[in-house]
Amino acid sequence: MNIIRYIIQKEFKQIFRNKAMLPIIFVLPLIQLIILSNAATFEVKNIKFAFVDNDKTSLSRELVEKFEASSYFNVMTDFPSEKLASKAMLEGKVDVILEIPSYFERQLLKNKKADLSVIINAIDGAAAGVENVYINQIVQQFTKKAQVELFLFNNLGNQPQNIETIPSFWYNETLNYKTFMVPGILVLLVTMITLFLSGMNIVREKEIGTLEQINVTPIKKYQFIIGKLFPFLVLGMVLLTVGLIISKLLFQIPIVGSLTLMYIYTIIYILVILGMGLFISNFTDTQQQAMFIAWFFMVIFILMSGLFTPIESMPQWAQLLTEFNPIKYYVEVMRMVMLKGAGLSDIYPQVLKTFLFAIAMNALAVISYKKTS
Amino acid sequence: MTKDNMIQVQNLTKMFGDFTAVNNISFEVGKGEVFGFLGANGAGKTTAMKMLIGISKPTHGAATVAGYNVLTEAEQVKRNIGYMSQRFSLYNDLTIKENIVFFGGIYGLSSADIKEKSQAMINELGLHDMADSLVGSLPLGWKQKVAFSVALLHNPKIVFLDEPTGGVDPITRRQFWEMIYMEANRGVTIFVTTHYMDEAEYCDRVSIMVAGKIEALDTPKNLKGQFQVDSMNQVFLKLARNIE
Repeated sequence: MNIIRYIIQKEFKQIFRNKAMLPIIFVLPLIQLIILSNAATFEVKNIKFAFVDNDKTSLSRELVEKFEASSYFNVMTDFPSEKLASKAMLEGKVDVILEIPSYFERQLLKNKKADLSVIINAIDGAAAGVENVYINQIVQQFTKKAQVELFLFNNLGNQPQNIETIPSFWYNETLNYKTFMVPGILVLLVTMITLFLSGMNIVREKEIGTLEQINVTPIKKYQFIIGKLFPFLVLGMVLLTVGLIISKLLFQIPIVGSLTLMYIYTIIYILVILGMGLFISNFTDTQQQAMFIAWFFMVIFILMSGLFTPIESMPQWAQLLTEFNPIKYYVEVMRMVMLKGAGLSDIYPQVLKTFLFAIAMNALAVISYKKTS
Repeated sequence: MTKDNMIQVQNLTKMFGDFTAVNNISFEVGKGEVFGFLGANGAGKTTAMKMLIGISKPTHGAATVAGYNVLTEAEQVKRNIGYMSQRFSLYNDLTIKENIVFFGGIYGLSSADIKEKSQAMINELGLHDMADSLVGSLPLGWKQKVAFSVALLHNPKIVFLDEPTGGVDPITRRQFWEMIYMEANRGVTIFVTTHYMDEAEYCDRVSIMVAGKIEALDTPKNLKGQFQVDSMNQVFLKLARNIE
């Protein structure tokens, strides 16, 4: 036990003495948390909205005003023809074109029905879908109002019953995007820092030659590994704490669930990541190689974690792969515990799987770490 | 094998694929002896040494160091040896004192023991002013002296020195060899590789490795007689040329 203490002591001294690394460890992740949480949003706003009004009646103007009133649309000036509007879309100046046909008002009055043409730039398919929903909502509101104003007298008898759904949003009542993203981004930061630091740490000793000196001592493998990894476990926990404080103070993210549960799960999770870092460093000779491999896994894990894209919409084989993605479980656990107040029984599957990963990863790391070549 | 042999090597061979780095070498080193392990760059000195200190497994052959088999009792070997590598192997971002504490600690010395030893070492090396400065800020010669002392912290029976004086000025080299002699007089066996042929003259016995094989092994005096020259430098050149 004593020997492990000496290694831990030395690691901490080196970490705090490295004036270049300290800000990287503590300041950069927090800047990332603040920037990413504000920037990484799927809300579609400031849609560049163009219209071609061939009708030029009070009703068509009222429709356009509806769009102007919406905070999601930036209504641009009237385009005289659909052709010019299309050209503007090609140049990227316009996201959505609404074309109001001539005789729009007349048709609506006469037939109680009129067609509108909407063109949406769908290069970003997800955004296009959202834009479509917004446009439909506005048009529906418009028709409802038009119905009341225009047809009330004629249709008193058979006025269509309006069915309205009133959604209530649970766990994130205000649909605040940050509430959803911040726990996930916190996960990324804890993961990145612990993986990169642990992965590079042992390789660095290989590079400067001190690892050889260590290997000549009678130190036991487990002593060296525990001593090496423990400081990064502590760092990860500190990072989580600072991140949670910022989430609470800066973003007002609710922390509904048990902090103890969050911390205990995080310890198990960081063990997985540290095992991985050590495993990587066993198979690399330079920090550059270690960094590259760590980055490779990081990108796959992040993109397949359900943080940015829902796992449910991935193809079957990809969903299967995500079963082996520790980041996925951590994101799930953080969101469940932080936002829903999930207890141990709710996150039991995640805890169990993460625990198994931790054992497997560290066993691999210890086996592959060789004092002798 | 006599009781006094600290190192006993028999037909030791190390191959990397088809390349034979160390080819069937045998020798022994007695207690308290200063044994010079010479050879040109790439002759296989470092590879041979790595097998003796238990961090590289021999392909064939056997070796015992301090009475323990390097293949089967590597951890026992490590407990009884000190090692100073070719590449500087203290932590540059720790102070002299911190390095002593760390290496003393991982050899399992008690903290009282570490305290006492580091004090003795700082006195012996006259490092009072520098004990709390980072090792990285010391001149190379000082670093090597500290590294040598750190390698001796746990009272090893044998110290392996891999080109300890590379890049060091002649005066410091001289002082370094005085330290080596002092330890040898205390009964520590010294196994040292070097490029400097004048240093070979300081050794009790030297072996000269050429292309993975030991081509000569005797006292410097006998070797000079055998090759009918008057310096180890000439012995080395003659031997290397003859082989090629």
